[in-house]
Amino acid sequence: MRNLMQQPFRTAVLVLVWGWLLFLVLTPNLLVVGASLMTRDPATFISLPLTLDAYRQLLNPLYLDVFLNSLYMAAMTTLICLLVGYPFAWALSKVGKRHQVLLIFLLVVPFWTNSLVRTYALKLILATNGLLNNGLMALGWIDEPVQLLYTEFAVIIGLVYLLLPFMILPLYSVFEDLREDLLRASHDLGAGRLATFVHVIVPLTLPGVLAGVMLVLLPAMGLFFVPDILGGSRNLLVGNVIKNQFLDARNWPFGAAASIMLTLAMALLMFAHKLSKRRIGEDGV
Amino acid sequence: MNRWLPRTYLTLVYLLLYIPIAVLVVFSFNDSRTGYEWGGLSLRWYEALFNNRAMVRAMWNSLWLALSAATVSTLIGALTALALHRYRFRGKNVLNGMLFVVMMSPEIVLAISLLAVFLLVGLQLGYVSLLLAHVTFCLPFVVITVMARLSGFDERLPEAARDLGANDFTMTRTVLIPVIMPALLAGWLLGFTLSLDDVVVSTFVSGPSYEILPLRIYSMVRVGLKPEVNALGTLLLAFSLVMLILSQWILLRSKR
Repeated sequence: MRNLMQQPFRTAVLVLVWGWLLFLVLTPNLLVVGASLMTRDPATFISLPLTLDAYRQLLNPLYLDVFLNSLYMAAMTTLICLLVGYPFAWALSKVGKRHQVLLIFLLVVPFWTNSLVRTYALKLILATNGLLNNGLMALGWIDEPVQLLYTEFAVIIGLVYLLLPFMILPLYSVFEDLREDLLRASHDLGAGRLATFVHVIVPLTLPGVLAGVMLVLLPAMGLFFVPDILGGSRNLLVGNVIKNQFLDARNWPFGAAASIMLTLAMALLMFAHKLSKRRIGEDGV
Repeated sequence: MNRWLPRTYLTLVYLLLYIPIAVLVVFSFNDSRTGYEWGGLSLRWYEALFNNRAMVRAMWNSLWLALSAATVSTLIGALTALALHRYRFRGKNVLNGMLFVVMMSPEIVLAISLLAVFLLVGLQLGYVSLLLAHVTFCLPFVVITVMARLSGFDERLPEAARDLGANDFTMTRTVLIPVIMPALLAGWLLGFTLSLDDVVVSTFVSGPSYEILPLRIYSMVRVGLKPEVNALGTLLLAFSLVMLILSQWILLRSKR
């Protein structure tokens, strides 16, 4: 009590911060866990008794299909981001310092611009009589327009387009820390380029890879507006299922259970990331 | 290694990143209705945009929401950063952990958890629920920005202020606030932009009483092509660009 009187400012700050986080972070998350264990109720959204029905419903073949498909789309997105982003980050780390600032700025600009608008811009390009089809026809590569929009391909392109910077930035930061002397040491010890890449570069950049995967894989399952705009409004992602269950079907326990699955996936990835970092630390590099 | 290969590759990826944006900007000045061919230069879509009253109202709503969310989150975020930096208290790790969870959880998870708590306490979905939600997801970004600034800060300054008789509040006002000012501005701008662009969280926690821009765009672009969106997108892009350059400029200038 004496403490409280002596430092009114400190107390006020701590109460405000704790209050905000308890009310808008901790309580909401506990509520979702609670909701996932309750019974669906058309009037009040959720009601007793407690049940595991929502989790059982996740295993329903219909939804299992959506989850697997969502995982497939997210995995493809992540893979493409990694394949494009890894050499990109490497090349970026080799550019002179003065240009690097500008190049990174150019990479962050999209992050600051409206993602809906950018997704819509892709629609202009991928539409049946859009720029890509017209261009390919003008070049004579195709004879008639190819259906690109409203396909899974379009959705994956959209996800890659939105999420690529999130893969590149953590990769760039590990490449920045990659020490040249280690590469030279590997070379001096007789390792060829491939061996150096596999035994030195890959392990050292692994934390960046995992951080990038973490920042791409999970959002790629949740960004429901991308399939809505580019995929023709089908339930392609877990995010679409969660949104529909909460806002349209009003099946809260199921939507909550699906969201907890996403959270668990996130925790798992974060754990893997931590492990990879620790391993490098212990190797004394 | 060949010097040109990496450079060509970088250029190629940047081109792919910027082509859709360039197409959007060019087509916003296109007179043609179909949106695929070039029909001459025109400002008609900008005109259509500003003649659409529901759209203009949504714009104002969004601007007001972003202004207030950025301001509140900067205020609370700065205090949180100061508390984390200066005070030792029980549960500090829990506090840090909660901020981390907000930043790392997929947006949709945050969205439904907030919706659940708003319905539990019977809060009408509208401006207030949007504000609380936006402040919550902006908060960790402000905290990080301010913490980064505080970490390179001479600890003897607050001690000197204290020795000269300043209490905690006065010391914060006269010593700490001026030091973290650039971070506050940068954090505010970041919060403003995050709020203005948010779709996922807003979809869940907004009500019919307060329509905001991203949701209006969302309902427009779901089906077909709407040339007005090109104009709106171009305006938003220009706006974000100005904000981003401003925040980078503030941060760079403060480093000198």
